[in-house]
Parts: sequence; structure tokens; C-alpha cells
Amino acid sequence: MKHIISILMENESGALSRVAGLFSARGYNIESLTVAPTEDPSLSRMTLVTSGSEEIIEQITKQLNKLIDVVKLVDLAESFHIERELMMVKIKTTLETRDEIRSIANIFRGKIIDVTPSTYIIEMTGPSEKLDAFIAAINPASIIEAVRSGATGISRGEKGLHL
Amino acid sequence: MELSGAQILVQSLIDEGVEYIFGYPGGAVLHLYDALFQQDELKHILVRHEQGATHAADGYARATGKPGVVLVTSGPGATNAVTGIATAYMDSIPMVIISGQVSLPVIGSDAFQEVDMIGITRPCVKHNFLVKDVNKLAETIKKAFYVATTGRPGPVVIDVPKDITAPNIKVPYKYPKKVSIRSYNPVVTGHKGQIKKAVDLLLSAQKPIIYSGGGVVLGEASKELIEFTQLLGYPITNTLMGLGSYPASDKQFIGMLGMHGTYEANMAMHDSDVIIAIGARFDDRVTGKLDLFCPYAKIIHIDVDPASISKTVKVDIPIVGDVKPVLKQMLELIKESQKKSDKKALEQWWNQIRHWQALNCLDFDRTSPLIKPQYVIEQLHEVTKGDAYVTSDVGQHQMWVAQYYPFNKPRHWINSGGLGTMGFGLPAAIGVKLAFPESEVACVTGDASIQMCIQELSTALQYNTPIKIINLNNRYMGMVRQWQEFSYQSRYSHSYMDTIPEFVKLAEAYGHVGMRITKPEEVRPALEAAFAMKDRTVFLDIMTDQTENVYPMIEAGKGHHEMKLRVATGTSTDRELA
Repeated sequence: MKHIISILMENESGALSRVAGLFSARGYNIESLTVAPTEDPSLSRMTLVTSGSEEIIEQITKQLNKLIDVVKLVDLAESFHIERELMMVKIKTTLETRDEIRSIANIFRGKIIDVTPSTYIIEMTGPSEKLDAFIAAINPASIIEAVRSGATGISRGEKGLHL
Repeated sequence: MELSGAQILVQSLIDEGVEYIFGYPGGAVLHLYDALFQQDELKHILVRHEQGATHAADGYARATGKPGVVLVTSGPGATNAVTGIATAYMDSIPMVIISGQVSLPVIGSDAFQEVDMIGITRPCVKHNFLVKDVNKLAETIKKAFYVATTGRPGPVVIDVPKDITAPNIKVPYKYPKKVSIRSYNPVVTGHKGQIKKAVDLLLSAQKPIIYSGGGVVLGEASKELIEFTQLLGYPITNTLMGLGSYPASDKQFIGMLGMHGTYEANMAMHDSDVIIAIGARFDDRVTGKLDLFCPYAKIIHIDVDPASISKTVKVDIPIVGDVKPVLKQMLELIKESQKKSDKKALEQWWNQIRHWQALNCLDFDRTSPLIKPQYVIEQLHEVTKGDAYVTSDVGQHQMWVAQYYPFNKPRHWINSGGLGTMGFGLPAAIGVKLAFPESEVACVTGDASIQMCIQELSTALQYNTPIKIINLNNRYMGMVRQWQEFSYQSRYSHSYMDTIPEFVKLAEAYGHVGMRITKPEEVRPALEAAFAMKDRTVFLDIMTDQTENVYPMIEAGKGHHEMKLRVATGTSTDRELA
């Protein structure tokens, strides 16, 4: 099962490599990883998408908690949460396909943010599955490149991950 | 008080209460060595190779419980230290390793003797720090000691660029009394509800066993473990790292468990219905094949490291906390409890265990004309009255000490359990002897292991650390040979050294006493003579039976109840191999 682990950690050089190194050393997989400073510049927020059995996820969270730079973490999959990923796709267009691509993008609430006579760039956010579905709806031969941020997430309600 | 970075580092170690620092100088740490030269509180032990420095500091730490401190230069000095750092990491030994680094402006430029020490050591340290500001040096050192010695202990590296220690840059110095790290708060006491559940389960057991490990040694909980075990009257087995934390001579002790544990300990684990694991981590050398591990048991696990719990073996009642306070909490509950353990079931259980013990699984051929390594260890035990600190390297000799030298006190058995580092024993013995100059220190080793850090014989002379080296010389890498005999139809691929130095001459060349022993009847007098030479390091080169194997044994892929036992073969003269 997919898990989104949200980590609050010290904004120190090398902190990211400690997390990445832990995953490669112990053979855990990372599907995506995003990291940026929070509103408190001394802290970074990392969102990591991984998958595995309950036992493996339990070990992953314990091993992450053991890292000295990790302040707190939460497995968002354990409670109600909102997940978003940003994607930008550059698509080759022809006179015949331009309308169809635009209407598919509209269905997915995508925005066309760059236009040339032969391409569109479409911006889209949503849960990762929605972005997957959009890609699946487009002729693969027409996709020049797709850039995805990796998922990030936040829990619903009053609870939050903070100091 | 304004000090340079180098002076701050030295003064911080003094203020931390450090007695010895084990090191080797080089370009990136010259400022530090200059500061060391100008004081006489902190004693520096100059080793002959950085691996030796880490093992000596490690031995010191294991014997005293205080953190071992190491100082090495950048580049090769740092990489040479890595084996010793990983050794300490695997056995959770508190150490602080200070490595020199090239100056901050040239980091990343492939400068002379530059390596990314932070990157290299990341997977084998509890934490590491790169010092980027001399004003934060003292605080970083305090943090390093705090992290290394609390929670589950471990090595911490401080990488110090050369310009941080420059003599001309002076800043105010104050060594912090305390530090806190917001992201690091180790748990101490155990969860009350869990402890109550554990006590209930323990008292309802029919076939209980206590399985305790190195955590009891590290957590200074030997006294509590003894009280706990004797109050319950249950059998106890120790892991390799836990030996000594419960007195081996006590009747409730049924020996070490695991791959080369006793038959009775492994059978008791296999048949038990309730296991309490105390400061032990279900290592693969302990469990054997996981699917066959303790099929009937409910498991209670006390460990300070939550990540150790249910890592390989799923446990029923986890208790996160320091072993000592948790055992105290449990003792209180047991004493208050209305429930009492089932005396009759326990008696039957002990009868079963005595039956297994009657197999006498550690028996060996006592009539052989060749020197049996087990006999040497038994004699060592007698000659030292069971009171010596014994370090070892890795292999057959290590297992024989674990089996035939019953330790009655914690911190006396010093060996590399987790990483299995050959070359550990000699430098570790030097570290132990520095800490306890009045105690007997023996290093039990083999002809292969001893050659991995033999240069430290020179250190032993310089600092007058009279240790006794018991070299069980079988002209083989014995454990490799044993596995090749069992699993590779005796194809002894590169486990035999055609050329082995004359250790007696070698010991003499290093300024020590060397003795070569070839007959069983010479063993006892030689040991007595060696230990009588109080002020000399003595190298006993003991020529042992080449064919001897470590028994009993759980072979790879087998369970606790499938131990391979020694088959009586009579004398082994006709089995001489080479």
C-alpha cells in the first residue's frame, strides 16, 4: 500500500542525504520525495511517498525517527488528509488534435500556460492518481515531456505537524 | 577566556572528563596536535594505525562504560578509522571520533587528503557533525558526547576542518554544562500498561525463558537482571554480547544461545511458551532460521531503541525504555502481584532443561595428544580465577572464549559481536589495560586475526600496557575452514596461510616476551608464567589441533532444535590436516 510520510526535520546540510541514504541502505523504496523549508526557516518539511507491507512501513517510520535531525513525522495515510502533486506536461499538437487536448485538459481542470504553433504546456495539480489518469488519456506519442513534483500532503482538521 | 579552535577542542575534552584520546597525527590536525603538546591533562595514546585507535578507544569504552575518544587526520586517517567506527556502531558502543578535514574554502575541490567523512560514515554512526563555525565548536562537542552516551549509545563523528582550529583565530570559550537537542529525546522509563501486561504474561508462563543481551551491559542493569531472574526462578540465557551481565556460574544460567550456543539454551528457547528479551535484538546469529524461531512462544521485548522491536521477529508485548528502570518497574509489580508463578510447571520445565544439560554439549576430547583450544580457554579461566578482562578477535577462538570462559561480571568480555571485526582484540586489550592497569587483561586471538592489527604491539610497549596474548594457532582461518568443511566438501579455499610469521620472534622484535607452546602439558605452566610477568606483554603462541571445530552449531537455514552436535571421534592425531 502507498504511504505518504510527512517529515519535519532540522534544516541542516546533509539532512536530506541522511534520509535518502537510510532508504537505499535498508532497501526501502522511494516513489517520490519533495523537500522545502517551512515557515520556520530552521525546519524543513519533507514529503516522502513509499510503499510496503505494514511491517516495512513501521520499520521505515521507526528508522526515520531514529535520525537525529528528524524532529517529527506522520504517516498521512493513517488519517484523513489532502494530497496534491503539481505536473507540467509539454504536448506536441497539430491542427487536428489541439481542440481535443484542450478539452481533455479542461475536464481535468488543467491550465494551458504556454502555447506555440506546435505545442501546449499544461499545468495540473491534484492527487497523483488524477495526474496519472490525465497522462493515460493523452496519446503517448504526443508527450514531449512531463515534469512532476512528487506528491505532498497535509492532514485535515485542526491537527498538524509542528513543533 | 579566549581560545583558538584547537585549544577549545582540547579544553572541551578535558572539561568533558576525557582521560585518554587515541590518535594519529597528520596534516589536517597539526593545530590540534600542537594544542595537545602544550598541556598535560589529556593523555594521548599514539597508535600505529588508525584502526587500532578506534578499537583501543572502543575497548576502553566497553570496559569502563565511558565514551572512547579518537583523533585522526583527514583522508586516509579518516577512512582507516571507518572499520572501527562501524564496529562500535554495530555493538552500540559510545565513542566520539574527531576527524580532521581540509579547510572550509577547499572542501569539495578534491584537495590533498580530502574525503567526505560525513558522507562515508553516515550509515555507520549514530550521528555526525561537520563544524563550520569555531564559535559552535564547544557546543558541538558537548552535543556529540550527549548523543553518543544516551539512549541507545553509539559512535559520533565530529569532522573538524583545519581552518576551524587555526591558532590565530581566538573566540570566547565556555563549555556548556548541558545541551538539549529538540529532535532527540530518548525514552527512559517504560510504558506502565505494557509493563503490567508483561508481568501478567510472565507469571502465567509454563515454560518461561529470559533471553538477555548487550543492552543489559550498556544499560548497567546487571544488578536488576540478577534480582529479576532470581526472584522469578526462571532459566536465563545470554547473547554473545550479554555474557557476564548474569553470572555464568549461577545455576539458573543455561549458557549462551544462538549459532554456537548451548544445546540446552537453544532447546529451551525453541520449546518455551514465554520469552522475555531484555536488551537483545534478535540478531540472525541468535535466531537461526526465522520461520522456525520459537514457534510456541509469546514474546516480551524490552529495548531502548524502538526500531529494534519487531524488526525481524514480531513481538507480542513491546516495552520501549532503558533496561534498568524498566526492570525496576517490573520488579516492583512482581513483588506486589497477587498472582504467583506456577511452581509445579516451573519444576517440570527445569527437569526438562536438566535433561538437555545432561547431554553435556560442550564436552571435548580431553585425552588428545594435541592441544585442544577449549582446554586452553579452560586453563586461562582457572589461572586468571575467572576475573580477567578478556578481549578477542573474530572466529573460532572467539566462540571458544564465549563457551569455555564463564564470565561472572559485566564489561569483562570485550569482543566485536555485530560487525565481527578481525583485528579488534589486540588494540581493544590495550584500551582496557589503560583503563584498569591493575587488572589482568588477556587477548585471545588466532593466527589470522592477530595479523590484522599486529602493529599495535608497538603501542603496547610504548605505553607499558602489559597484556597477555593467547594466540590459538591452528595455521588456518579456523571458522572459514570449519564452514568449508561443513558446506563445501572440505575444499579449503584460501583459508590456509602457507607462510605465518614466527610469532615468538615477532613479539621479541616488538620488545615483548614470546613463548611457543606445542604440548598440552605445557599450557598451564606457560599461562602461569605469563601472568606472573606482571610488567611484560607476553605473546603465547599456542599450537592447537588444526581440525578442531566449534560445536554445537546451528547451521545456516536451521532452527534452534536442529543443532549439530559433536560426534565422538576419539583422538584426533590421525586427522591432522596439513
